Amino acid sequence: MSELKYTKEHEWLSIDGDVATVGITAYAAEKLGDVVYVDLPSVGSATTYMKICGEIESTKSVGELYAPVDGEVVEINQSVVDSPELVNQDAFGAGWLIKIRFSSLPELLNEAEYKELTGEA
Amino acid sequence: MTRKTALYEEHAKLGAQFTDFGGWEMPVRYTSDLAEHHAVRTAAGLFDISHMAEFFVSGAGSADFLNYALVGRASEIGIGRAKYSLICAADGGIIDDLIVYRLDENDYLVVANAGNRDNVAEALRDRVTGFNTELRDESDNYGLLAIQGPRAVEILQTLTATDLSTLKYYSIDAGVLDGVEVFFARTGYTGEDGFEVLLKTSDAAKIWNALLQAGESNGLVPAGLACRDTLRLEAGMPLYGHELGRDTNPYEAGFARVVRLDRDEDFVGRDALAAQSQRAQARKLVGLQGEGKRAARAEYPIFAGDLEIGEVTSGALSPTLGYPVAMAYLSAENAEVGSVVEVDIRGTRTEFTVVALPFYKRNK
Repeated sequence: MSELKYTKEHEWLSIDGDVATVGITAYAAEKLGDVVYVDLPSVGSATTYMKICGEIESTKSVGELYAPVDGEVVEINQSVVDSPELVNQDAFGAGWLIKIRFSSLPELLNEAEYKELTGEA
Repeated sequence: MTRKTALYEEHAKLGAQFTDFGGWEMPVRYTSDLAEHHAVRTAAGLFDISHMAEFFVSGAGSADFLNYALVGRASEIGIGRAKYSLICAADGGIIDDLIVYRLDENDYLVVANAGNRDNVAEALRDRVTGFNTELRDESDNYGLLAIQGPRAVEILQTLTATDLSTLKYYSIDAGVLDGVEVFFARTGYTGEDGFEVLLKTSDAAKIWNALLQAGESNGLVPAGLACRDTLRLEAGMPLYGHELGRDTNPYEAGFARVVRLDRDEDFVGRDALAAQSQRAQARKLVGLQGEGKRAARAEYPIFAGDLEIGEVTSGALSPTLGYPVAMAYLSAENAEVGSVVEVDIRGTRTEFTVVALPFYKRNK
């Protein structure tokens, strides 16, 4: 396991070998408000870097999940489908969304770069 | 340039997130939309609605002026009572929806939406000429707090000697709240019992904090605009800019009863509204109820087969009911209760059923 990587679209990635666990950041979850519904891609589907592959809906608005890598979805978090509030409660842990097997990684942000983006630095 | 209410610092101290609403930087939530929504349904919530506009009308010609300027009859409102009304343009388009309070024989208070303050002020000023009345825009000098929910009245009662239990729904009375002169209005925008408290801007922070403290043990929480929107949606209450606007008429919006054509005096919009009242409306405002968890949201198109038959005006996954609810304009032939239509939710057709409004009604 490495330190988390980030995208400009507020996803985080935890890389383990050739599989990335993906979620949205706590910053994004807070901006969305209470998450009440997540729509995730099915296992086995292909993802394309920065193409929309899912949705995260709060009471107020809809956030899009952008695929942070080219690859194939190998697992989705059924717990978060059943209990979307996990995204708010534990965005970087139990609120993870999907796991993607990838062949190569695009350029991603490190924590300092992401915090600069969100003004948290 | 967004404006801030007198309570901005209090909201910031409570950790509020802010959003622009009608040109004002307002608290959208303090902790969680859902928690605040449920608090209002089960205990009580405190809202800062000081962005709303207050107009005072006084003088011997006040009733005649408001009878002319608005679609309702202000002269029929009893002293100490309130009435929902509309201010329309000459073509019948809705400039704003309002609450008119009669404070005394010749004194009225008109509360308008924040985003429409300038339009309402201009329309009222245009219409006041020739009436023996004084019109004052006091929006900057007054704040408005709403305390709403099943425990709102008992919380408010702990800080005043005014017997609030005798004040009926849609009534208003002057009183003293924690040493401060206020008006207590038994009105709201949540579908719950409660009060709106009109007070001087300079007293707003003191009363805000006194109420939060007084209600803490009774479950009172500060509540933001996000839950205000889901609460009013469940209660089937329109929001200007969504269900109402210059391009909507009161008949398609379901407010025929608010327009008083059964009177002799003239009022602005009368001819256009009288003509509209005689026509079959092409579209109607309806309630929609769905299944699952995906909300039909504002501006999503609605279909019957290949035919586009309407548009969602407001929608959310109802926090109280657990299923998606929406308000929408539908072509009249599809607007019957029980009719099944399809909302295009970001590319996916999803069935919704037309239901009667409101979606939620409190137990009295």
